Amino acid sequence: MNDAATGTAGHSPAAPSVEPILDVSGVTLQYKTKEHLITATYRVDFQVFESDRFVLLGPSGCGKSTLLKGVAGYMRPVEGTMKLKGRVITEPGPDRVMVFQEFDQLLPWKTVKQNITFALMNGGKCTSKQEANDVAMEYISKVKLERFEDTYPHMLSGGMKQRVAIARGMAMEPDILLMDEPFAALDALTRRQMQEELLQLWDDTKFTVLFVTHSIEEAVIIGSRILILSPHPGQVKAELNAHQMGHGDVGDKDFSQLQEKIHAMIFADRVLEDETLPNV
Amino acid sequence: MSDQSVTSGSIHVRPEFVNEIGTAGTGEVERRLSMFERISNIDPLRKFTILIIMVVAWEMYARIGEINELMFPTFSATGAALVDALVNDSLMVNVWNSLKLLVTGYAIGISIAAVLVVLAVGSRIGSDLLTTLTAMLNPLPAIALLPMAMLWFGLGPGAIIFTLLHSIVWPVALNTHSGFQGVSETLRMVGGNYGLKGLRYIFKILVPAAFPAILTGLRIGWAYAWRTLIAAELVFGGQVVDTSGQLGAEGSTSGGLGWIIFENQMENQTPYVFAGLFMVILVGITVENGFFRNIEERTVRKWGMQKS
Repeated sequence: MNDAATGTAGHSPAAPSVEPILDVSGVTLQYKTKEHLITATYRVDFQVFESDRFVLLGPSGCGKSTLLKGVAGYMRPVEGTMKLKGRVITEPGPDRVMVFQEFDQLLPWKTVKQNITFALMNGGKCTSKQEANDVAMEYISKVKLERFEDTYPHMLSGGMKQRVAIARGMAMEPDILLMDEPFAALDALTRRQMQEELLQLWDDTKFTVLFVTHSIEEAVIIGSRILILSPHPGQVKAELNAHQMGHGDVGDKDFSQLQEKIHAMIFADRVLEDETLPNV
Repeated sequence: MSDQSVTSGSIHVRPEFVNEIGTAGTGEVERRLSMFERISNIDPLRKFTILIIMVVAWEMYARIGEINELMFPTFSATGAALVDALVNDSLMVNVWNSLKLLVTGYAIGISIAAVLVVLAVGSRIGSDLLTTLTAMLNPLPAIALLPMAMLWFGLGPGAIIFTLLHSIVWPVALNTHSGFQGVSETLRMVGGNYGLKGLRYIFKILVPAAFPAILTGLRIGWAYAWRTLIAAELVFGGQVVDTSGQLGAEGSTSGGLGWIIFENQMENQTPYVFAGLFMVILVGITVENGFFRNIEERTVRKWGMQKS
């Protein structure tokens, strides 16, 4: 990866990188609704290393999306720290690009290509229009949308919109790509295709990604490492390895076993939650 | 029914099948619409037909009813008066005078609205200020301010522009602000993600994302302003006659469209009054179709924010 040039100063290129890219330690995140102060995550620790496909997995209400927003810089933790390459995260920035679940994340007033060049120019990645154009075209072809470079987002299907969003995120070559259930709003067939394409892209550039999902299957397919969160508030339940499994292994014995193991962990919480419900 | 189907429990089991999909025998895939359907799909043509019908009805009503021309002139008399006023009189100059005032007022009004809205986006106090001011002043008809404006700024363009501002600032600011509030959280986060802050964030994310609402505000502001301007000039017309000499000395070329209507009404030139009204409508339609429709076509429709 050509990130080495832009990496932290004083980082010796000879030694293999063992420093985590993202270091989350003891992070408690809270947000306010009109009437309540809600603790979304409680003292969560995890570390993401270079080229990880790190998945945050958990049932709804485990604060996984809130955690991602914290890493993106949209929320400040009330406790603990989040460091990206040693720098404490304080605000959103182009070194962590987010891909959202919503299709409206593309700027409707920009074409596919303009959406990417907009990000490149404003995010400080490119200084000249020509350079931004070239980078944009490179990533548009990576997501196989060459024919649609001058199309406005409203003419694209949901899957194509997400591909543009992924291309935009990857074109920025961020330290870490943040994906908030990017395929959740897609139909099952398109979702499967997009998962495959994402893994192909990863094979290509080995980018670091932090991926949020509530689908166990998706976690096992996409993830190289899976962090399981328990709900209300989100706490780390387990961290598992899944780097050896991909699309080809769906239905295999190992795949099903891992899936069942995760299912049991999440399900155990569900039962507990249900049992305590009447006392609430 | 096929012999192969069997009933297994409550399930009626039928044989499976796979079809070969060929290109033959798909029936009619595409057909050209009939001539009438295609012609009636032309938007301007349909609207033009309605106009023609109204004009014919007007002409017939005035002629057959033998209505006094002082009360209600025929379409042909109005048309003749319009042509006469355009060719022999200085109607275009009057229209130009009105438009100059209007554009000046419009530009200043939009600038004031922009400042108010930027303040409102930036702080809660600014937002409170804007909502309170709009709630108070938006329902106040601009023309009601004209008497005071004439005291403050004298009989001249200053007073008219002040009144125009009032009819432009509030609808533009109100629509822009509520448009900004409607911008989705996702787009806001995207803007933040690429490091946009402050004015750059407002102009690169909020303004285009809220553009349908902003355009509506601009349209309403323009329409209010145009009406207010004509009304103000009518009132001014009264002033000019009363204080004969102040403006009237320069002749009819110094006045605006409203003043021309007033003047002709004073002289019982009803077809010319109608011609003036006609001109007011014409300018309105031209701005709407030539300007706003064009912007709409190039922006919100092209971006799929509004159905075409």
